[in-house]
Amino acid sequence: MKARVHVFLKEGVLDPQGKAVANALKTLGFEEILSVRQGKFFDIETSLLPKEGSEERLREYCKKLLANPVIENFKVEVVEP
Amino acid sequence: MKTAVIEFPGSNCDHDAYEWPLRLFGKPPERIWYTSRDLKKADLVIIPGGFSYGDYLRCGAMAARSPVMEEVKAHAERGGYVLGICNGFQILCESGFLPGALLKNRTLSFLCREVVLRCETADSPFTGALQKGSLMRVPIAHGDGNYYCDEKTLRRLLGEERVAFRYVSPEGRVCDEWNFNGSMDAIAGILSENRRVLGMMPHPERASEALLGSSDGAAVLRSAAKAIDEKNGAAKNG
Repeated sequence: MKARVHVFLKEGVLDPQGKAVANALKTLGFEEILSVRQGKFFDIETSLLPKEGSEERLREYCKKLLANPVIENFKVEVVEP
Repeated sequence: MKTAVIEFPGSNCDHDAYEWPLRLFGKPPERIWYTSRDLKKADLVIIPGGFSYGDYLRCGAMAARSPVMEEVKAHAERGGYVLGICNGFQILCESGFLPGALLKNRTLSFLCREVVLRCETADSPFTGALQKGSLMRVPIAHGDGNYYCDEKTLRRLLGEERVAFRYVSPEGRVCDEWNFNGSMDAIAGILSENRRVLGMMPHPERASEALLGSSDGAAVLRSAAKAIDEKNGAAKNG
């Protein structure tokens, strides 16, 4: 099964990178930009079958390593069985 | 006081940390590779600065989950002393030893310069030789030193006087201009609940001899040695 895990900063956590990207876009003339928040995603291949419980397994990856719960939230999705 | 320095792939201040007790007390620390599970009965475990695992994923994230850190955790739970400097502080936060996280500097640049720290509590094994309010000149060298925690955690840290050091102006005032990395409440270092674990972004080990431009940082290790030797002496005599 293939999965994609998104990890992004919690609301309210300062994102200096996102701010810099927003400023750069504005400098390029995209004046409509209001804000940018930068995150990351992981494409993961596993030997899991997409059955009940496999999303819970993906969430465990996040809790144990992929995300820092102090500053980040995450979202998991099964991309391809 | 027996010391040990943990070395991860990508640590680059391990030699600075090694020389620190050696030059101050003539006692070389044990060097512990990250795959080891033997802390060699050290009283104080130093987690040095650097770029463990190339700062991949998040600074300190991988190192925090390596075998040696399970032993460091057990050591801390037994009441052992731990000092995390720079990347070591990031590792301690990632391990959950200390609350909060270190975000990218607000300048988005790597900051390598001298800063002024103010000691915020003398009530800890690492600051016992200092006075509350005393100033120290020590260097910083980091890209992710911007301390962050939620409001509730901050209130708790303040209430329990667990902020060990703040970034201040040369006159000793907290102000935005001298808080280069943008840390919340200008926090440069914090203590664990039992005050025996200290994490700090600045490098006291790089400011422990006049030749290095400042010897103010020596007080951190001297404080720890005094506290630990007194405790060990009391245990022996009691």
